[in-house]
Amino acid sequence: MDDTTPAIAVTGLHKSFGRTRALDGLDLTVTRGEIHGFLGPNGSGKTTTIRVLLGLLKADSGTARLLGGDPWTDVASLHRRLAYVPGDVNLWPNLSGGEVIDLLGRLRGGLDTRRRDDLVERFDLDPRKKGRTYSKGNRQKVAIIAALSSRVDLLLLDEPTAGLDPLMEATFQTAIQEDRAQGRTVLLSSHILAEVEALCDRVSIIRNGKTVETGTLAELRHLTRTSITAELAGPADGLATLANVHDLEIEGSKVRFDVETAALDDALRQLTSIGVRSLVSQPPTLEELFLRHYTEETARGNGKATTS
Amino acid sequence: MSTTVVRAQSTRTSDSMLTGVGTLLRFALRRERVRMPVWIAALTSLTVSTVAGFPGLYPTAESRQSRAALMDTPAATAMSGPGFGLDDYTFGAMLANEMLGFLAIFVALMSVLMISRHTRHEEEQGRAELIKAGVVGRHASLTAALAVTVIANLLLAVVLTVVLGGLGIETITWGGSALFAVSLAMVGVVFAAAAAVSAQAFEHGRAASGMAGALIGIAFALRAAGDMGIDALSWLSPIGWAQRTKAYVDGTAWPLLLGLVVAGVLIAAAFVLSTRRDVGAGLLRPRPGAASASDALSTPVGFASRLHRGAVIGWTSALFLFGAMYGSLAAEVETFVEDNPAMQDFIRAMGSASFMQSWLASIMAMLAMVCSVFGVLVIARMRTEETAGRVEAVLSTALTRTKWVAGHLAVALCGGAVVMLASGLGLGLSAMASTGDSALLADLLGAALAYIPAVWLTTGIALMLFGLLPGAVHATWVVLGYGLFIGMLGPLLRLPSWLNNLSPFSHVPQLPAVEVEVTPLVLLTVVAAALVSAGLAAFRRRDIG
Ligand SMILES: Nc1ncnc2c1ncn2[C@@H]1O[C@H](COP(=O)(O)OP(=O)(O)O)[C@@H](O)[C@H]1O
Ligand SMILES: [Mg+2]
Repeated sequence: MDDTTPAIAVTGLHKSFGRTRALDGLDLTVTRGEIHGFLGPNGSGKTTTIRVLLGLLKADSGTARLLGGDPWTDVASLHRRLAYVPGDVNLWPNLSGGEVIDLLGRLRGGLDTRRRDDLVERFDLDPRKKGRTYSKGNRQKVAIIAALSSRVDLLLLDEPTAGLDPLMEATFQTAIQEDRAQGRTVLLSSHILAEVEALCDRVSIIRNGKTVETGTLAELRHLTRTSITAELAGPADGLATLANVHDLEIEGSKVRFDVETAALDDALRQLTSIGVRSLVSQPPTLEELFLRHYTEETARGNGKATTS
Repeated sequence: MSTTVVRAQSTRTSDSMLTGVGTLLRFALRRERVRMPVWIAALTSLTVSTVAGFPGLYPTAESRQSRAALMDTPAATAMSGPGFGLDDYTFGAMLANEMLGFLAIFVALMSVLMISRHTRHEEEQGRAELIKAGVVGRHASLTAALAVTVIANLLLAVVLTVVLGGLGIETITWGGSALFAVSLAMVGVVFAAAAAVSAQAFEHGRAASGMAGALIGIAFALRAAGDMGIDALSWLSPIGWAQRTKAYVDGTAWPLLLGLVVAGVLIAAAFVLSTRRDVGAGLLRPRPGAASASDALSTPVGFASRLHRGAVIGWTSALFLFGAMYGSLAAEVETFVEDNPAMQDFIRAMGSASFMQSWLASIMAMLAMVCSVFGVLVIARMRTEETAGRVEAVLSTALTRTKWVAGHLAVALCGGAVVMLASGLGLGLSAMASTGDSALLADLLGAALAYIPAVWLTTGIALMLFGLLPGAVHATWVVLGYGLFIGMLGPLLRLPSWLNNLSPFSHVPQLPAVEVEVTPLVLLTVVAAALVSAGLAAFRRRDIG
């Protein structure tokens, strides 16, 4: 196994279901050992991508490599090295949760029984209940425990914590961090931004089957605006003429404006040349960051913000 | 203060057990807008095309009487009906005697499937919760399910009456046609009521429809046994009641009342039971399972066997009993021949096989068609695993698609063979006990063995569809329905041999009445293998989900 090849390398992936274009030239690179956030609005193609990576769907065009192999042809050898948590876990009505955990683990080629018992306890799961008698959150736990107690290199998690309570969410985050310490790679599709912020090294944001942004959270933040509130020593001249400054409000010596984070330097230089009495700078929240990517009308090619 | 009181009163008055039933019924009818017309059209056109052939096939009274003579045998009686009007075998008598029992099976099936679709399956998918959380009375959804099924049966009755009566065939009168059609609808309504009860008892739609399906089998078997001599048994069967209206012969409507009363009692029972359980739960509570999996569960075959365990046990015991019940009639058949010198001449002229042996062969053929249902159900279950999203979790492990299919296929093929042999064993043991002829056991096990390739072939068709056209897996039922049609009505319609040959069951030597022929059995097995490979190859190439 060559450790320098990316865990996941997807380029130009296309997949249509009849007239629906689920994937429209998707790119995704996940390097080994990272936790990669996979984000996008509902119906943007996250699940479809993961199902292509699992060899459940055959892509129409584009390439997808998983752990150096082909997800469609090298099914058994790849699946021995990965575990999957589906977004909508549906259990067998006549099998208990404990049986499902063991079954999936063994079909994958063996599971770490110590870790299983440990996780069952930490997630507070009753493994003797059967399929339908579990609540949604508990069904989700069954799939999570099955995946996390397998000895695998890669975890594909499709909105794994939808339905978990905050306590279990915390347990999940701890468990994933333990996996990262073991050197596992994780692709985590999620809408829970706090979880993404706590766990992910890098994120990719997709819309309408295309990747619109990829990078570390710091890099993504860099692409959006920072809000500045300042009290100045003199009149706020010259700010309005600066490019990349928006929503400027001047009230006597007080100013308030948003600035492209990449152009923060210029704006601050302008402020200090006037003289600053006080300054509050607010980085964009994660919500703002994602909402912008989720709702923007046109996907951007070069990663530079086109703002209005 | 006073306003609160008024409001409380008005809620109470509008809060009936049936609130919302109208909306639900309209919704249910909308969901049935394709299925219901298809069932009605299929049953009607099958009936009409059969009847329309009568004048050409049996133009003279003599030709009809010779058909009547054939029908006056235990084998024919077991298959079709009690034989009212055989002395003057008019077209009407022919229709009622030879088609009512056959059609009743399908009308019952239509009703059972419809009820379980609108009750248990809804609950199982969690959709019922969405509905029941709305402004809907406690009994509204069961009422709507029953109403839509009763409507389907009434529509079928009206359409059949109009079309049959309108044919203008001699003796197919309007009155007779109405009685014939309403009798069928009565069978449908009784089974709808039975299915409503069984939907309360079982937590899973599959078990509930399985139970109701078994009741259809029992009803058919009871009337067969009853018509062959023990008349009281026929009176336990809704199909027996329908036949005893003697439509087109000397029609009497009162057996219909029996059906109405029984349906009413069953429906009341279903409503009472439905208030004794939670939404989503059955009356029979599932027990907690093991905390960890056994080693056997973790193999593809072990896993598949576990999923189908209940079905294998249920089917094996049901078919054993079904066979045993028919076998116990073997002595009656012997007596019939002994008491009937004309029949003895007839048989001597026919050749070697004993009369009882050809009767047993025809029973075996019928059992084989029932056994085929098992394998098709297993494959249909694979499709459910897929659409429910459960197969994703399994195929994301190191288990390959081929191995996953192989596990289920092993259960379908081995289970099909076991079920087939169980029916042969039941038939053989009880025929042996009733006649004292110990050779019958081996003969009938051999006959059952000979049907296994045909049973496998139907499983193969289902698997091929599962691979190539997964949405059309259920089209396999058409093949089984066709087999039953050829088996039960083929001789009456004197169909050309190529139509006969389209049914896989027509190629199986009619053991124990004839000698074994190996070639057709080998060919059936080869075709089954080819279908399986085609299905598997296609499944490995297609998208999952
Ligand atoms: N099996 C399928 N058949 C038809 N359309 C599908 C299928 N699976 C997904 N789609 C469509 O593809 C698009 C992407 O879906 P999905 O990958 O599930 O999105 P996400 O997981 O990001 O919410 C959606 O428009 C969805 O309706
Ligand atoms: Mg999704």
